Amino acid sequence: MVEIILLGLNHKTAPVEIRECLAISKEEAAAMLDAIKKSASVNEVVLFSTCNRVEILMAAGDKAEAVETAKRHLSEFKNVPLSQFQDSIYIHEGDEAVRHIFRVASSLDSMMVGEPQILGQIKEAYFNATKRKTSGVILNRLLHRTFFTAKRIRTETGIGDNAVSVSYAAIELAKKIFGQLEGKKVLLIGAGEMAELAVEHLLKNRVKEIFVANRTFKNGVELARKFGGSAIKFEEVPGFILQVDIIISSTGSPDIILTKDQVKRIMPGRRNRPLFFIDIAVPRDIDPAINKLNNAYVYDIDDLKGVIDENLEDRNKEAIKGERIIDEAVISFKQWYDSLDVVPTIVALRNKIDSIATAEIERTMHALNITESEREALYRMKNALINKIMHNPTHLLKRDGCHGNNSVYIDVTRKLFNLDE
Amino acid sequence: MDNLITVTSFLYVLSSVGYISYFFFQKEYLHRIGQVFLATGFLCNSIMIGYYYAKTGQIPVRNLHETLLVTGWAVAGVFFAFQYKFKVKVLGGYAALLAAACVVASFLVPGKIVETQTIFNSIWLIVHVVSIFVGHAAFALACGVGLLYIAQENAIKGKKHGFFYKRLPSLDLLDSTGYACIATGFTLLTIGLITGFIYAKSVWGRFWSWDPKEVWSGITWLLYAAILHGRLTVGWRGKKAAVMAIIGFAVVLFTFFGVNFLLKGHHGIFTR
Repeated sequence: MVEIILLGLNHKTAPVEIRECLAISKEEAAAMLDAIKKSASVNEVVLFSTCNRVEILMAAGDKAEAVETAKRHLSEFKNVPLSQFQDSIYIHEGDEAVRHIFRVASSLDSMMVGEPQILGQIKEAYFNATKRKTSGVILNRLLHRTFFTAKRIRTETGIGDNAVSVSYAAIELAKKIFGQLEGKKVLLIGAGEMAELAVEHLLKNRVKEIFVANRTFKNGVELARKFGGSAIKFEEVPGFILQVDIIISSTGSPDIILTKDQVKRIMPGRRNRPLFFIDIAVPRDIDPAINKLNNAYVYDIDDLKGVIDENLEDRNKEAIKGERIIDEAVISFKQWYDSLDVVPTIVALRNKIDSIATAEIERTMHALNITESEREALYRMKNALINKIMHNPTHLLKRDGCHGNNSVYIDVTRKLFNLDE
Repeated sequence: MDNLITVTSFLYVLSSVGYISYFFFQKEYLHRIGQVFLATGFLCNSIMIGYYYAKTGQIPVRNLHETLLVTGWAVAGVFFAFQYKFKVKVLGGYAALLAAACVVASFLVPGKIVETQTIFNSIWLIVHVVSIFVGHAAFALACGVGLLYIAQENAIKGKKHGFFYKRLPSLDLLDSTGYACIATGFTLLTIGLITGFIYAKSVWGRFWSWDPKEVWSGITWLLYAAILHGRLTVGWRGKKAAVMAIIGFAVVLFTFFGVNFLLKGHHGIFTR
């Protein structure tokens, strides 16, 4: 019987130095799929590689042989001696392999639990394998179940809820304060990767206008152009607070650039419309005491990190629900996989034909009103008929031809006669 | 009709359970359950009021039993109206609980027989009563929204998100809902007072008679007028507005019940 085997390494087992040496590009993947598929022991193969993991998923008749083949190809293709990564490799078989791929796709095995990219990466890897025709009945089914399970976990648990990056956390907070961000005005003071990322998220949420203030006006102009906003002089900042709603600050200033008194004086002019300060700078730009003013909210980088920690904790709680869904999925996959065995399929096929024949005979006899001996004769005929019908399929299914892989025929048989209902 | 009030109470209580479970577990079907029970309860409640009206030809606010029944009806009805526009789902628990409390209390207070007086047959009285009750129900909702606002603001300012932060809607939505409740309540209260004056003039020959209920209604009106004025001129919003809504409702409660129990006046008989 063909078995499912998974061989790989990830961020938990291998340091980044090894992972980057073994990362497989799309072109390499195609060549490697072909090479592994050529091996007599491997029937099907799918492989995927992200910055955190390399995984080779196979359906193979000879487990040990398949594992050796995969290791050898990985080592040869990447030109890394096996001894260097031998210890980082994990191998899962059967149910454990199924569980592993489910967990990876659902992002339960990710460095950041719940991150959404991994599912797309696996889909792409599977697409490549289908293009190279290295994936067959078993892995096709397994990957479709994988996508289904991952989607189910994403919708039924809160694993992807709540931001776990600083800029997303800031946007979520802004939404809790303002409801909709549409039509809001944003002031970016200074520059910096996190601050600019936050502005980009805000733009996606269709804020109305972006102002950029920078000590070097020229830099401000450039940044403003990038966001389609307008640059203002650094000295104008207090005046602009009168009209903006969200202030993102990320300057290198050693001192506070906005004090509580400054903001307090401005609030009546704003008619107390809420103001949200996101202070990403270290040392801080915004006086933390501003948070005490009515309708003004200040979050600095530590506050945002606190929010993220809380969210991560929630995700880990949700991950437990995810594990339960995976347990179910593993069991249901196993049922299908076991049905690929020859004997149960033959028995199921015989039973199906038998039940149809019996039902039809009963119906006919009911109408004809015949004797007991005639009835026995009819039943004998039925059994003979079934044996004759079953002869060729049984022979084919039991034959160990077709590269030792008759799962295709078994699968087709089950589908043709709808034996899985 | 005794059976119907039991059914109504029961439906409101079930609705409260549904809405409150929704608040805790955040499952959409629990919200639906709360909604369906509240709607059915509201229907039964309306039938009861209609029945009383058909029987006597008067709005049934002649004793505490009837008054509470109409109060529960007004709270449920006003909640539905605001829910349609603002969708503050978590408010359901508060509204359903309030409606349930009113109707259950009404069930426990026996209805005293009140002599049918012809002075109660006036269109002015009907408008007066309906707008006052509905207006007060709107104030009750404003108070609930205010409480939610304060809880949410504490979560955001305190930077410890947790139970409330996730469950409550945005500050902006709560603030504008509260404002809408107060604006509606104030409009209805104004209509209620004016029709009350006209009715008083037609029955007793004078607009204003320094009846304690009248005085306290006047105080309520001035208070809410001040809240709205503050919002429109100097921007009283956010936490300040939320606190005002809660204080305002405390005054409403006193005007509505306190005056009748503690002070005397021509409204007294209706709520004893």
